Amino acid sequence: MSTRLLDREFEYVAPNSLADALDLLSAYEGGVKVMAGGTDLLVKLKTGADIPFSILLDTKDITELSFISKCEEGIEIGALTKLCNIDRNTMLSDYHALVEAIPLMASPAVRNMGTIGGNIVNASPAADTACPLMVYDAVLRLSSASGDREVPISKFFTGVSKTVIKDDEMLVSIVLPRVKPDSGSCFIKKTRVKPDISKISVTAYIERDGSAVKACRIAMGAVAPTPIELLGVGDKAFDRVATKELFLELAELAASIIKPIDDIRSTAEYRREISKVLVAQALETAWQRAGGTL
Amino acid sequence: MMKLHNITLTVNGRRYDLAVEPNELLLNVIRDRLHLTGTKYGCGIAECGACSIIANGKLMLACMILAVTASGWDITTSEGLAKDGNLNPVQQAFIDKGAIQCGFCTPGMVVAGTTLLMENNSPTEDEIREYMRGNYCRCTGYTSIVEAIESAAIHMNETK
Ligand SMILES: Cc1cc2nc3c(=O)[nH]c(=O)nc-3n(C[C@H](O)[C@H](O)[C@H](O)COP(=O)(O)OP(=O)(O)OC[C@H]3O[C@@H](n4cnc5c(N)ncnc54)[C@H](O)[C@@H]3O)c2cc1C
Ligand code: FES
Ligand code: FES
Repeated sequence: MSTRLLDREFEYVAPNSLADALDLLSAYEGGVKVMAGGTDLLVKLKTGADIPFSILLDTKDITELSFISKCEEGIEIGALTKLCNIDRNTMLSDYHALVEAIPLMASPAVRNMGTIGGNIVNASPAADTACPLMVYDAVLRLSSASGDREVPISKFFTGVSKTVIKDDEMLVSIVLPRVKPDSGSCFIKKTRVKPDISKISVTAYIERDGSAVKACRIAMGAVAPTPIELLGVGDKAFDRVATKELFLELAELAASIIKPIDDIRSTAEYRREISKVLVAQALETAWQRAGGTL
Repeated sequence: MMKLHNITLTVNGRRYDLAVEPNELLLNVIRDRLHLTGTKYGCGIAECGACSIIANGKLMLACMILAVTASGWDITTSEGLAKDGNLNPVQQAFIDKGAIQCGFCTPGMVVAGTTLLMENNSPTEDEIREYMRGNYCRCTGYTSIVEAIESAAIHMNETK
């Protein structure tokens, strides 16, 4: 299999509105594959992934899904927004972990092509925008020709490359709830070389009440079949005074409950050991960004 | 046989009308049909930067774009960087600093270096290394490439 060619035959459509795209998806249920930036999909197709489809639906002309705007709940990001337009947008600058994750992804060229929606729907265990979106309790807006629905990102992923999205649905946008006062977040990832997929990533989010932790959430990438929020770990910090020891305690707990595996990028042992350090670091930084001192 | 799609590309200021199959990659159209072989095939999976092009003002990778997707785009390849026979400052700096050994990565490097300086006219060394992280070189060890881009930035700011 050579990556010089795309050794697949298919028909090509490029509708210029969401409504037209959804009509096509419902008319040919199952046979259509959506392409956004193509930086995951075309790599998979070139390297021989078994993705059944006969029509490729290119979203390049659906400009209405490329936007970042204020909404009732907070900020809404269109699914087709390019990665490169997210970290520079001042409306998003208080979503520290999200803004921090983007420049660590891939390379500038890939970020000029790839979209945030593609990163989410591709559903890699290592999808770098997923964990930041989880700690913010982001909601995904999905649409099909027969209606719209909202799914919290914590309920979206079901397995490696698997999500609850149906064949006739598209991800339309991501809704980020308003940033709470005295809150902070942090994203850290470890890779082999810089522009690499994560061996492991950690996202921490803290809300502060004076010197105590009011809310705390931790999510991790590449330690399970999907990006995951470590439910119950952050809760242990509730109402406790923030200290380095507290954060180390949470990190030990996180390391003890994740179930990482050995794969091409890293080993289970490394992932478990390094998570003890990274979780504590991410919590400390999130705490400081929330205005706290240690 | 797949259905052919009529597309228009503007490459280095010249307009091309072509009929392409949906699975044709922009890289192969640029190389095999427009005969612009500066844009290289390295990895084919968006990792090495050998196929870097400027598409609508942005750095992109021709190996990861379908030719049909690019219909209507304004594209610059390494061949289009020089104007009226004069190399652009990044190209000239690569020569002056000896930032070329086998030369395979060079077209992609000068394209990426050019978009970097379009976005940031006085990048620090760290910013250069960060921006160029998707362009691999097997020969130079990168130091001379970083120096070339630094010197191109200085030259451009002096002659502005
Ligand atoms: C060299 C390289 C390095 C990379 N590094 C990283 C990294 O560090 N971190 C990381 O997380 N990722 C990385 N990636 C993966 C990829 O670039 C990102 O996941 C990117 O955000 C994918 O977006 P896309 O628009 O290109 O998706 P596409 O490839 O177009 O689509 C991906 C999947 O999502 C589906 N899809 C896309 N948009 C929609 C929609 N609106 N509705 C329904 N389905 C949709 C497609 O059908 C497809 O299954 C890397 C990729 C490459 C090639
Ligand atoms: S050939 Fe396109 S990035 Fe390597
Ligand atoms: S000069 Fe040989 S690959 Fe860069």
